Amino acid sequence: MTTLVERPVVHAEHPEHHEGPTGLLKWMTSTDHKVIGMNYIVTSLVMFFFAGIMALVIRTQLTVPSGAVVSNQQFNELFTMHGSLMLYLFAGPFAFGGLANYIVPLQVGAPDMAFPRLNALSYWLYLSGSITMMLGFMVAGGAAAFGWVAYAPLSEATFSPGSGPDLWILALALTGFSAIFTGVNLVTTIFYLRAPGMTMFRMPIFTWNMLVTAILILIAFPVLTAAVVMLFCDRHFGTHIYTVQGGGVPVLYQNLFWFFGHPEVYILALPYFGIATEVIPVFSRKPLFGYKGMAFATMSIAALSTGVWAHHMFTTGTVLLPFFSLLSLLIAVPTGIKFFNWIGTMWRGSIVFGTPMLFSIGFLFAFLMGGLTGVMLASPPIDFVTHDTYFVVAHFHQVLFGSAVFAGFSGLYFWYPKFFGRMYNETLGKLHFWFLFIGFWVTFMPQYELGLKGMPRRVATYPAGLGWQNLNIVSTVGAFIIGFSFVFFLVNLWVSWRKPVPAGDNPWDAHALEWFATSPPVHHNFTKLPPVRSERPVWDFHHPDARTIEHGHNGHGQLVGTGAGPRQD
Amino acid sequence: MRIEALFLIGVAAFFGLVGLIYWFWGYEQSGTAMLLGTTLLGLLPGTYYFWWSRRMKPRPEDRSDASIEDGAGVIGSFPDSSVWPFVLGMGLFLVVLSIVFGLWLLAPGFALVISAAVGVTVESRRGGTV
Repeated sequence: MTTLVERPVVHAEHPEHHEGPTGLLKWMTSTDHKVIGMNYIVTSLVMFFFAGIMALVIRTQLTVPSGAVVSNQQFNELFTMHGSLMLYLFAGPFAFGGLANYIVPLQVGAPDMAFPRLNALSYWLYLSGSITMMLGFMVAGGAAAFGWVAYAPLSEATFSPGSGPDLWILALALTGFSAIFTGVNLVTTIFYLRAPGMTMFRMPIFTWNMLVTAILILIAFPVLTAAVVMLFCDRHFGTHIYTVQGGGVPVLYQNLFWFFGHPEVYILALPYFGIATEVIPVFSRKPLFGYKGMAFATMSIAALSTGVWAHHMFTTGTVLLPFFSLLSLLIAVPTGIKFFNWIGTMWRGSIVFGTPMLFSIGFLFAFLMGGLTGVMLASPPIDFVTHDTYFVVAHFHQVLFGSAVFAGFSGLYFWYPKFFGRMYNETLGKLHFWFLFIGFWVTFMPQYELGLKGMPRRVATYPAGLGWQNLNIVSTVGAFIIGFSFVFFLVNLWVSWRKPVPAGDNPWDAHALEWFATSPPVHHNFTKLPPVRSERPVWDFHHPDARTIEHGHNGHGQLVGTGAGPRQD
Repeated sequence: MRIEALFLIGVAAFFGLVGLIYWFWGYEQSGTAMLLGTTLLGLLPGTYYFWWSRRMKPRPEDRSDASIEDGAGVIGSFPDSSVWPFVLGMGLFLVVLSIVFGLWLLAPGFALVISAAVGVTVESRRGGTV
C-alpha cells in the first residue's frame, strides 16, 4: 500500500491517522524511517556490546606477558572481529544508518526518506551482513584472523584457509551495499524533500555532515566491494590479482583498501562531529558560531580525507611520501576550524551541563588528543618509528572512541526524549559519563607510552622484563572501568522503561525541526511546520523576540550572544 | 537546485585537480584511476543538476523567503509498509550464504529474490502513482 503525502500547512488540526501492523510484523514490514532507524540503532548497539566484550578479553589476555586466556589463533580472531564489528557494524551503521535515518528526514521537514523500501532493504542487508560476519565463530577453522584490514597476501587462501575469512568477505559485500543504498537515499532525501524555505545553507549541520558523509560513502564503498570481490576471486577462482606468484601486486590491495579505509575513518567521524554540533549550541543556549565555516570545514575534511589514503602505507616504500604527508597535515586546518567554532559557540553562552553536553565536551577532549597524535603520525619520520606499535593503536582508539562513543552516546541521550517521548535519568547519565571518561584516559594514555617503548600491536604475548607489564595492567583496569560504565547506561534504559517520565516535544528548547514534531513523531512525521527563516526554525518560532539573525553578506549586525539568556516564554 | 549542483561539481573539480597533481607527481596508476572515478562521480550528476537549475524556477526549498504554503500539495507517494524489502534481503542473504554453505541454498535464495521483484512491482502498480 502506498499513501499520497501532502505537505502539511501551518496549524493543520487533524494528524494523519495511521493503522499498520504491530509487533514482529511491524518490525519486518515497516518502511517508516523511524522504525528502520531504531532497528539500526538497536542492532548496532548489540554489535557494540559484542565487540566491547571481545576488547575486554583482549585486554585480560595482555595483562601478563604470557597470558593464557585465549590461544594465539583465538587472539587473532578476537582482535580482527573486534575491529570489524566496531568499524563496519557499529560506528558506521549507528550514526549513518541509525541516527541519520531517524533524524535527517525530521531535520529537513520530510515525511520519510526518499526511497522507503530501499531504506528497509538497506537494513535487512546490514542485519544479514552482521549475522554473516558473526557466523565466522561457528564454522570450523574459526572466524577471520587477518586484522580488520585483511591485507593480502595474509588474507589469501594459503595463509587464511577455511570459510571464516570467506564469511567475513561476504559480510563486507552485504553491508557495503547496505551503506551505498543508504547513501543514495540520504542524498536524494536532502536534495529533494526539504521543507519550503529550508535552503541548503539553513540545514542543520548534522544534516550537512550526513550529506557529505553520504558522498564519501558513494566514493569509498564501491572500491571496498571491488577490492574484496577480487580478493575472493584470488582465494577461490585461481586469479592472481594480489599474489606475487602469478604476477599480481599485493600492495594494490592496500591501495584499494585504504582508498576506502581512509574516507571510512571520516565516514565514522563526520556524523559524530554533526552530533556534537547539534548538542553544543542547544546546551550553550546560543546559535552555532560560524555556521558556514562549519559546513565548509566539513566539506574540506571530506575532500582531503579522500586524498590521503596512502598515509597508512608509508612504510611500504611504494608511496609518494610528500604528497600524502602534506594532505594529511592539511586536514588539521578544517578540524581546527571546527574546534574553534565549537569553543566559540560555548564562549559566553549559558552552558547547561546536561548529560549530552558532558558527552560532547568529553568528545572534544578525546578527539583533540587523538587528532594531535594523528598530526604527528602524518609526518613520515615519526610514522616510520611508530608504525604498527601501540602508539598507533592509542591514536586511532582515541579518535574513534572519542567520536563514536562519546559523541555517539551524546546523540543518543540528546535524542532519547524524541525517540521515546520520555526522559532518561540525569544522575545515571552523568555517572555513565564520568566512569567512561576516566576509563577512557586510563585505558589509552598508557598505550602511547607502550608504543614509544616499542610494543607492537596484534601480539598475544610479549617478553617480560621490557617494562611493558605495568602499563598493560593500567590499560586493562581502564578497559574494565569503561565496561562498567555501560552498566549505568543499561540501568538507565531499564529505569526509563519501568518508570517513564514524559519528556514533551521539545525538552531542551532546541533549534532544529525535529523538535517541532511530537515525541515520538507520528507516522509521516509532521502535522504542522513552522516557517523556516534561519538555521534555527524551532527556536525562532518559540522565541519571536530573540530570533536568529541571518548570516551572510550583510551579517555584520549580528549581536554578541544573540539568542542567549533565560528562556523567554 | 543550483547549490546542490555546485556542491557536486565542487567534488568533481577538487578530485580532478588532485588527480592531475597526483598523476604528474607520482605516476601511480591505481590511485589516479580511483581519483578519476571520483571526479566522474561528482561530474555526472553535478552537470545534470546544473543543466536543470538553469532551466527551472527555484523550488520553494531553494528560496529563502518561501513560506510553508508555497510548498503545499502532494510531495509524493510513500509506501506505508511492505514485506518485500524483507523478502529481498533474506533472499540475498541466502544467495550469499550459498557460496559458503552449499549451492543448494541458491534455490530458496533465488525464489525469494524473484518473488520480491514481482511483489514490489505489483505493489507499486496497485499503490497508484509510483
